[in-house]
Amino acid sequence: MTAHIVVERVGQEFRSPGRTVVALRDIDLTVERGELVCLLGPSGCGKSTLLNAIAGFLHPTSGRILVDDAPVVGPGPDRGMVFQEYALFPWMTVADNVAFGLRVKGVGRAAARQRAAELLGRLGLADFGDRYPKDLSGGMRQRVAIARVLAIDSPVLLMDEPFGALDALTRASLQDLLLGLWAELERTILFVTHSIDESIYLADRVVVMTYRPGTIRRDLRVDLPRPRDPSSAPFNEIKRELAELVMNEQHRQEAAERGGAARD
Amino acid sequence: MRARPLLTGLLVPVLLVAAWQAAASAGLASPQALPSPLDVLLRWWEYLAPPEAFDPAQSSRLGWILSGELVGDALASLYRVLLGFAIGTGLALPLGLLMGASDRAHRLLNPLFQVLRPIPPIAYIPLAILWFGLGNPPAVFLIVIGAFFPVLINTITGVRHLDAVYLRAARNLGAGRVTIFTRVMLPGATPYILAGARIGIGTAFIVVIVSEMIAVNGGLGYRILEAREYTWTDKVIAGMFTIGLIGLAIDTVMSRISRYLLRWHQELER
Repeated sequence: MTAHIVVERVGQEFRSPGRTVVALRDIDLTVERGELVCLLGPSGCGKSTLLNAIAGFLHPTSGRILVDDAPVVGPGPDRGMVFQEYALFPWMTVADNVAFGLRVKGVGRAAARQRAAELLGRLGLADFGDRYPKDLSGGMRQRVAIARVLAIDSPVLLMDEPFGALDALTRASLQDLLLGLWAELERTILFVTHSIDESIYLADRVVVMTYRPGTIRRDLRVDLPRPRDPSSAPFNEIKRELAELVMNEQHRQEAAERGGAARD
Repeated sequence: MRARPLLTGLLVPVLLVAAWQAAASAGLASPQALPSPLDVLLRWWEYLAPPEAFDPAQSSRLGWILSGELVGDALASLYRVLLGFAIGTGLALPLGLLMGASDRAHRLLNPLFQVLRPIPPIAYIPLAILWFGLGNPPAVFLIVIGAFFPVLINTITGVRHLDAVYLRAARNLGAGRVTIFTRVMLPGATPYILAGARIGIGTAFIVVIVSEMIAVNGGLGYRILEAREYTWTDKVIAGMFTIGLIGLAIDTVMSRISRYLLRWHQELER
């Protein structure tokens, strides 16, 4: 295995008058090619900030990020992003959404439509190509968003709490769908979540982040065979360990918020 | 519309017209102040109908049907509205997209437009006549101004209110500036743009009537002012109703177009 994403001593500060938030401090992280890594932590721990920096939407205050040995300078289709809020273009049909990245790349209309139809078929949405996103449920929208990044063949998939807004059953079925696609297509996936169960169910490695400043607290390899059984003993052993770490950060976050409220 | 709501909707107007007719028949108002609805209707027909009998040697059937004075006036007014609206929107749309997308363009141009915007288009009339004389040019100029600002302001707002996640998604999928402009910002801002266009064409319609009263010898605005000079009150009222009907038609067409263009939009589902 070779390193696909390398994050070196990355720091990110957000300054506003009278206040500086250290969102990330000294982050070192390497993701191997074909690996599925989950970033886990409470809200405000900087996991989405790190993902956005890798996506190229943010320019870190310090350190550097390499993808395929090349420094990240901006967003690009080599790192397809799936957003929690889907971010499907509501004014385009489902098929046009999936074809968008291909059309941008210069693929002809017919070929792009054909590829979109194939992907929608794969994701169980064959009959929905001509519909608009508003006609779809949350789970279907997120499948369209996944088809949209698969269409551009990104070697890296960045997923920002993609299943966070879905109900538990839809979430479980999309997790299995994602694992199936990952096994088949051999992509490198960096997946942000605040669900401990989700991270253990999906990941080769779970990276636990701390609340401000955002640092890496623990980098845990999950060696359970897939499909994993969330009720099994080893699963729950890992869960106990991670829960302690995450809840610790959660309490720090709550204390900080109370402190902030008291100051105001 | 189904029969029942239609009947309910007609109830008040019918009663009102009946009361009006009764008042006029009873001689409560002089015909010069308020002619009876029947007089108005007859006058409206006279205004609408072709002035001469049909003669195949002179004109086609359609040409003859459209040879009435009212038809000519309505077409002239409509032409000015549509031309002025098209030019106004054509200028406002790219400028609004640019000012919405670029902070620098906004800083550069916004102060100027903030100063010009509160000037009612009507206030440009003297200047329009000094610059363009009489006839279509000053009228179209005024309509351009009337249509320009609502479309401009709404386009800027539409682009600025666009959820940033769409821009990030587009950049992530490899879209360049031009693609983002045409396939993300423009369609994403259409709900606002269409609302602005609807206000703009409404303003254009007001401005066309006023400018015809002052700077043009033709059109519906000119005709009702001319009728006042002869104290043809029935023709004034007939002209006003015509203006109202055309305004309604324009608004209906605009709302149909909006509904089609915004068929993807969540809020239309009720």
